[in-house]
Amino acid sequence: MATTVSTRGDARQPANIGVGGGASDAAVSAAIAALITDAPVPHPTLVKTFAAMMAREFRVLGRNAPSTFIRAVMQPLLFAFVFAYVLPKIGSGFGGAGTGVSFSTILVPGLMGSMFLMQGMFGTTMPLVMEFSWQRTIEDRALAPVPIRVLAIQKITAGAIQAVIGAAIVFPVVYWVHAPGQGPDIDVTNWFLLIVVMIFAATLTASMGLWLGTVIDPRKMQMVFAVILLPLTMLGCVYYPWSALHSIRWLQIVVLINPMVYMTEGLRAALTPTLGHMPLWAILLALVGGTAVFGALAVRTFRHRVVN
Amino acid sequence: MTTVTARTADQGSPAVTSAIRTEGLRKTYKSSRGDVEAVRGIDLDVPKGEFFGLLGPNGAGKSTTIGMLTTLVQPTGGRAWVAGHDVVKNPVAVKRRIGVVTQNNTLDMQLTVQENLEFRSRFFGLPLAAASKRAVALIDAFGLSDRRKAMADQLSGGQARRLMIARALVHQPDVLFLDEPTAGLDPQTRVNLWDILKVLHDQGQTILLTTHYMEEAEALCDRIAVVDHGKVLAGGTVDELKEQAGAATVVTVRFEEAVPADLAERVGLSERPDVTKVETDGDQLRVFSTEPEGILGDLIGVGAKDGLHVRDATQQKPSLETVFLALTGREYRE
Repeated sequence: MATTVSTRGDARQPANIGVGGGASDAAVSAAIAALITDAPVPHPTLVKTFAAMMAREFRVLGRNAPSTFIRAVMQPLLFAFVFAYVLPKIGSGFGGAGTGVSFSTILVPGLMGSMFLMQGMFGTTMPLVMEFSWQRTIEDRALAPVPIRVLAIQKITAGAIQAVIGAAIVFPVVYWVHAPGQGPDIDVTNWFLLIVVMIFAATLTASMGLWLGTVIDPRKMQMVFAVILLPLTMLGCVYYPWSALHSIRWLQIVVLINPMVYMTEGLRAALTPTLGHMPLWAILLALVGGTAVFGALAVRTFRHRVVN
Repeated sequence: MTTVTARTADQGSPAVTSAIRTEGLRKTYKSSRGDVEAVRGIDLDVPKGEFFGLLGPNGAGKSTTIGMLTTLVQPTGGRAWVAGHDVVKNPVAVKRRIGVVTQNNTLDMQLTVQENLEFRSRFFGLPLAAASKRAVALIDAFGLSDRRKAMADQLSGGQARRLMIARALVHQPDVLFLDEPTAGLDPQTRVNLWDILKVLHDQGQTILLTTHYMEEAEALCDRIAVVDHGKVLAGGTVDELKEQAGAATVVTVRFEEAVPADLAERVGLSERPDVTKVETDGDQLRVFSTEPEGILGDLIGVGAKDGLHVRDATQQKPSLETVFLALTGREYRE
């Protein structure tokens, strides 16, 4: 297709556009001109922009649903298979840490907490690290007509929703995958508590993820798994209730700095209330306070990172 | 500090008459190795409807300036208004009124071509149906119809640039910022993009373009500010800039040996009224002249008598490149 280069002298004349496919250049030129003259007048509001950003997240989530689902289901599936099926079958079951309940009953809140961490935290961190890489694709949404802190809150919201979906997957997996007589004994008597704990656990992990994504050097992501993910999970009362640590008193105190402990204990309080758990006030205080602190910190570091 | 003035004498409130206005705009980056002054007090005044160019080599401060004007870089001094709104005090109002094509490909790689445009439209408040209609119109106009359902990461460099420009136009911005929009593109694609930009400008679109391509600024811009080391060195139309710089042809001869201090004198350059400036730098002699005929031959001839061997010789007609040379005393480095 021929392309005419206009010189400075005829810069005000309609140019020939070499991008029109089968259409004539003049028609394409007119079409581009019409984009200016016939454009709809936008009326952005904070709510509309926020909703559009969330819609974008769901579109991407839907597109990646198969891989997201596989990623989300593999961890609880393998844990349930090994701890609730294989070990009881070969006679090496944990036996519910001496409480007389099945280990899967202990495991459900722990696995859910673990999923909150994986999906909420790393589901927020990993895309963010990519967006802050040298291409800085974050600028795409940073130029949306809302304050940067709203973009940060939107990212926390999207991460939290992903975390709730990930944690919810644990239920069917643990219900279906276990040896005979090793099924979980779940008794939700306080749905309000469950919902509150899930909301704050999801928001807390997503806030931690946003904060981490804004401060971590992408080249050191491997370290994050070793230094953050493993300690949080292994010392987060995933595989044992916090009260079971009474015989290792120093450890019982040290793990109190781990946010995971409050998520898993909160879920225990909601899902298996007859088993021992931390006082509710301590759980809720830590979850709400942690969310507020990490949320504020994440919004601040995010804004600082986006606006140089 | 150089002020690039608007075409009208009385600017009044920036909210009324200027699309872009800056006063002593500065940006200093703090680092452990010391502060880096990326922008050192830039004054600009760009009227509505103008195609304005910021021309300078890499590292001149162009992208930092555009970053501050588009609210993505926080100024450390001075003030700036875009479409009448202070970029620091009211960044959301600024973002509503600008379209930005960044130097890097910031398309949403997880979305298709059409989705990139639809979601950007929805970010700016268009309902879903209107956003889809707008996306289709933009795709057709920018020649991307056959790539509508392609993922953004499957586009060629030129297609991606076209999509980025289309995306910047979804909400009918008052000011379009283009940061090195043709960097890294092949010449054919670059010229295609120029044509698109000319059509947009013909429709009254205010455009601020940064570029390190002299010919791009010369072909597109109504006015240009030449920027280097974070400062505006000169501003005006291309003709004004050439006039400011003496509209001289630049004759440069580089020898194998160091240039003798009296070579220019013996060639008789000081007696020629057409010679506006002579610069000697090591093995290189540079002459600025309005009537350069014979200078090159004389320099080579007299140099040969002194036993000097010519490595290379050039004669550059008045252009933005010679303007830059006259302003800075340095070759333009892309």
